[in-house]
Amino acid sequence: MDTFVMRHLPALLIAVPLLAAFLMPIVGGAGRVVRNAWVVLGALATSAVGLALAWKVLAAGTVLYVFGAAAPHVPLPMDSGGIPIRIIFQVDALSALMVVIASLSSLGITIYSLAAESRQSGLETFYAMLFLLVAGVLGMVSTGDLFNFFVFLEISSLAGAALVAYRVDNGVAVEAGLKYALLSTLGALAVLTAIGILIGQYNALNLATLASRMQFTTLDKIALVLLAVPLAMKCGAVPMHFWTPDAYATAPSSVTAFLVVSSQASLYGLFRILFSLYGDLVHFSWATFGWFLIVLGVLSMFVGVTMAIPQKDVKRLMAYHAVSQTGYMLLGVGVGLAVLGNADALAQYGKTAMAGGLFHIINHAMYKGLLFLTAGAVFYRTGTRNLNKLGGLGHDMPWTMVFFMIGALAIAGVPPFNGFASKLLIYESVFRFSPFLSIVAMIVSILTLASFVKVFHSMFLGPRRAEFAAVREVPVPMLAGMALLAVFVVAAGLAPQPFVDRLIQPAVEALVDRAGYIAAILGGN
Amino acid sequence: MTSRLLLALPFFTVVVLIVLGLAVMLSKRNVVKILMGLSLMESAVNLFLVATGYRHDSVAPIYTNVPAGPMALPTVQALTLTSIVIGVATSAMLLSFAMVIYRKYGTTDIQKIKKLKG
Repeated sequence: MDTFVMRHLPALLIAVPLLAAFLMPIVGGAGRVVRNAWVVLGALATSAVGLALAWKVLAAGTVLYVFGAAAPHVPLPMDSGGIPIRIIFQVDALSALMVVIASLSSLGITIYSLAAESRQSGLETFYAMLFLLVAGVLGMVSTGDLFNFFVFLEISSLAGAALVAYRVDNGVAVEAGLKYALLSTLGALAVLTAIGILIGQYNALNLATLASRMQFTTLDKIALVLLAVPLAMKCGAVPMHFWTPDAYATAPSSVTAFLVVSSQASLYGLFRILFSLYGDLVHFSWATFGWFLIVLGVLSMFVGVTMAIPQKDVKRLMAYHAVSQTGYMLLGVGVGLAVLGNADALAQYGKTAMAGGLFHIINHAMYKGLLFLTAGAVFYRTGTRNLNKLGGLGHDMPWTMVFFMIGALAIAGVPPFNGFASKLLIYESVFRFSPFLSIVAMIVSILTLASFVKVFHSMFLGPRRAEFAAVREVPVPMLAGMALLAVFVVAAGLAPQPFVDRLIQPAVEALVDRAGYIAAILGGN
Repeated sequence: MTSRLLLALPFFTVVVLIVLGLAVMLSKRNVVKILMGLSLMESAVNLFLVATGYRHDSVAPIYTNVPAGPMALPTVQALTLTSIVIGVATSAMLLSFAMVIYRKYGTTDIQKIKKLKG
């Protein structure tokens, strides 16, 4: 399998979506059919490269790619003098997990957009931005270079903000875009300052090299804060969640579904920095930062769900639930970080908690994406997102209703859907760490179920309404996009074990194994 | 002593610029002025990056007529260039947002741009 393509997969992972994005305005000139074909081709190629890369990583271990070197898989080429001077992509099992999420989700949402956005103008720009967002997210999760991470963070923020504001004729969309872009830029500046602090001290940008040289000075701690706080903000953790409902609610639904993935890429960045860059067992106060994640997680879970319940705008409601679900991931991985120094506790429940948190990332991307797509489908036919005005849609949109039910039951953690599989891992492991936290997590799940029962009732049940007499089921591409995500939600719920064994456990091991992360670049132990 | 002060001067400037930028962003109500504050902070961070790249007694890595002695690693300069380019893109987008908001809302006052709530 050592073909040219297989060898250059990490480069193609970025090159394919970028090419699809930048040729879009030219291809778009050739008419609607050609443009749609190009969109589908770009999405299929990106996902194929992503899944092939993930498969390679899970089969054969970490994949390295040194840009611009004669032999890209050798981390330290002869001419580099023993230090990684080039940009290196370091795709380990954790990155592979994120690449799988982005690949599946981007394919689903692109197919969905073909029909959902067909009535809008300026579609070349829309798709170009969508592919840029995908490229940004894929770059963030696979790079092994801190500055490169900043660049991809900015690419995804810029493309994300442009897409949030895409429906310009609607003033509120631009307001949300401005808020999102302003906060993202401010956060990115903090990240850049931290990068300056680190390179000033250690003359390196490569994460593994920085980790091996890390001295844990006061400056390093300042840099950690400057890295962790913006990334926690970008993943929508309470108390820095205020941009999420605005951005998620006003963006086109397919974009919202991918903004969820982009938030999770920031979550990945946060975990990577805490574990691989700073997670030294001697100097690092892992318990403090574990509790930092746990407190963020519990706050997000609880505040998110309580804010969601009174919402009338269905997408705003779902956005608050997204904040709440992010809390589960922070809680699971936070418990793992809190017991990182205690080998017994780590083996007994720490790794299970982390597996639950990481499994929840992929599950959340799928069911939350699905829910946003169903909300978009309802908006596509009815033109409103107000729950008080909707009703009786179950008669005419049966498939959308079924997909909504799958997503809603999954987010509430009802078996046999995937949300239950990951939440169960979190409940049982967190219970052994602290029963109180586990009970909070369960209560939040019950509130989530209550909230979605209300949404289901007010959108789909009841008699047919006169104003929605013309409502029909949405076009096939939208159903196909939703079906892709729904199939994963059901499959990972019915048979979670293969996913946990093949995809999640290796990711947990990669996250805990800081020495292995360093050794992959610098060699030895 | 003087030379040490001189070496620290860029970092003092960085701190002053960041504080100024933050103060502008937090105190002004006009969106355009807030974006100017952001731009000021961007410049401060760029200056910070370049300042960390200075190494005493080393020369610029230009190989024509090179004097003897060690060369400074030009990575931070490259980073700063990238960061400036990103900054231009961000500013352009944010300013165009401000323009659209002025057209739709008839104001640039951040206190009055509040249709999204709850």
